[in-house]
Amino acid sequence: MTIEVEIAKKLPDFTLEVSFASGSEPLGILGPSGAGKTMLLRCIAGLECPDRGRIVLEGRTLFDSDRDVRVPARERRIGMLFQNYALFPHRTVEENIAFGIDGMPRDERAHCVNTWLRRTHAEGLRHRYPHEISGGEQQRAALARALSIDPDALLLDEPLSALDTHLRSQMEAQLQETFTAYRRPALLVTHNIEEAYRLGEKLLVLSHGHIAALGGKEEIFRRPPSLEVARLTGCKNLSRARVISEDTVEAIDWGCRLRLAAPLPPLTAHVGIRAHHIDFEETSGATARENVFPCRMVRSSETPFRVTLYLQLDRKSQDLNDDLSAGDLQAEVYKEKWQRFRDRPMPWHVRLSPEFLFPLPG
Amino acid sequence: MALSALSDWSPLRISLETSLVATLITLVVGVMAAAWRDRHTGLAMAFVDGVFLLPLVLPPTVVGFFLLLLFGRHGPIGRVLLRLGTTVVFSWPATVIAAAVVSFPLMYLTARAALQQVDHRYLEAARTLGATEWRVFREVALPLSWPGILAGTILSFARALGEFGATLMVAGNIPGRTATIPIAIYFAVEADDLSAAVAWCAIDLVISFALLGALYYWTHAQGRARWARR
Repeated sequence: MTIEVEIAKKLPDFTLEVSFASGSEPLGILGPSGAGKTMLLRCIAGLECPDRGRIVLEGRTLFDSDRDVRVPARERRIGMLFQNYALFPHRTVEENIAFGIDGMPRDERAHCVNTWLRRTHAEGLRHRYPHEISGGEQQRAALARALSIDPDALLLDEPLSALDTHLRSQMEAQLQETFTAYRRPALLVTHNIEEAYRLGEKLLVLSHGHIAALGGKEEIFRRPPSLEVARLTGCKNLSRARVISEDTVEAIDWGCRLRLAAPLPPLTAHVGIRAHHIDFEETSGATARENVFPCRMVRSSETPFRVTLYLQLDRKSQDLNDDLSAGDLQAEVYKEKWQRFRDRPMPWHVRLSPEFLFPLPG
Repeated sequence: MALSALSDWSPLRISLETSLVATLITLVVGVMAAAWRDRHTGLAMAFVDGVFLLPLVLPPTVVGFFLLLLFGRHGPIGRVLLRLGTTVVFSWPATVIAAAVVSFPLMYLTARAALQQVDHRYLEAARTLGATEWRVFREVALPLSWPGILAGTILSFARALGEFGATLMVAGNIPGRTATIPIAIYFAVEADDLSAAVAWCAIDLVISFALLGALYYWTHAQGRARWARR
């Protein structure tokens, strides 16, 4: 099963213009708020009409501006999970799930409702009204309702954003289970990087209405194709770069020379490294080693298990970073590790490992 | 007791029958008009709104006069009816037409407000689940706006019950056929029968209070109890 989308729609601030295809593996659509993610889903579902382009789902043309095809939402057979669930408040969970399959004979319909109640672990909610159950339970019911019509594609709009942390991981497991069994195009919109990574197999990064990256998630995170994608996928450490030799760059903002494991593309203009890839050398006197630099900690910020360290590299020259409190680099380490070196005298020594550094075109 | 002054109780029956039938018509037509209007935008719709709301702002006698022009022997509708061998002017159906027309704007306005406050995501969810527009309206929009529509129905009934000017113009004062309570009151005062006028006023007062009570119950108690938002 595949879905092909190639649409353009003028929005107040920019034009949503995307072209992609997605197969049976879940596609995470990642982007900041207002990037056009929800609008993209609404166009596919048939709730909004693109200005031009076409949408084809498993050989069925749902929209084609050239041939004037506009299949209404009710005939698209696309299941949509809305951000705030949109369960009908005047119907019980059971009646909500039965809504989309009212054409079925009575006992077949009852069987179908039971199946979906069971598969989404929502049997106990059968006779409850939406306002009587929790957000996570509403989400399950909404998922069961969307799947009850046996849709050819599934669209999920920020499915986890309204849930608290505990429910979120439960619901994530539920969605993973659903995707495994579903094996049809599933598009999942989110602004949460980790959510997109965990739930999507492939990733589409959307920014101001255009596709900034599309491909396997590991690849996009390991080698972001552009500065924009590096930022949108949460890379905290980026510096302007000047190519010195075929494997060495000068990191202008950090004031140091770096060797990279990957071959440098000809137009390398930036270099980046993710916060959790920054390593600390245990032994002092390591300065002579490759990609190891003395630094001082400017500030730290703790979460329950990890700590973010804001580091300032020791420069030979005096052109220090303007914003001293931000430092040059952000490193993220587990607290256990931090306990081991937090009391050591400064300067510490950071190592920017060549295999984790990635070059970015200008 | 003032009620003993009443020898003829027909105005009560006529008033209730007229208001009931007029309200049923207004309910169906008003909600349909509101739902239809909800799907359209543009300048033409401002004109449509104006026409729908005219009976609210025009003096009832003017509405009555227009109805006479429409339904009279030489009016466009009256001529058709005449050819079918019937006429409505100065008969009971005329009281229903007058009451329905003057109460229509109230129904239309409240129904529109009630339909508009329904979260459009419910309607969209229904569409993605394969529901036709008619089913979206009947099974989602209507049940969710029902408390507001019911309040509009009660308001319309009250307005129909109090209708005087337009009714007098198109239906006249035919005792036992078109004489509603307001008309009975006017002609009782005219004939110096003050005790009858007082009796009818007392009856109107009781009905009005009952309607207000029902309105309060539906908009407050009922509206809050069901499907309360979290």
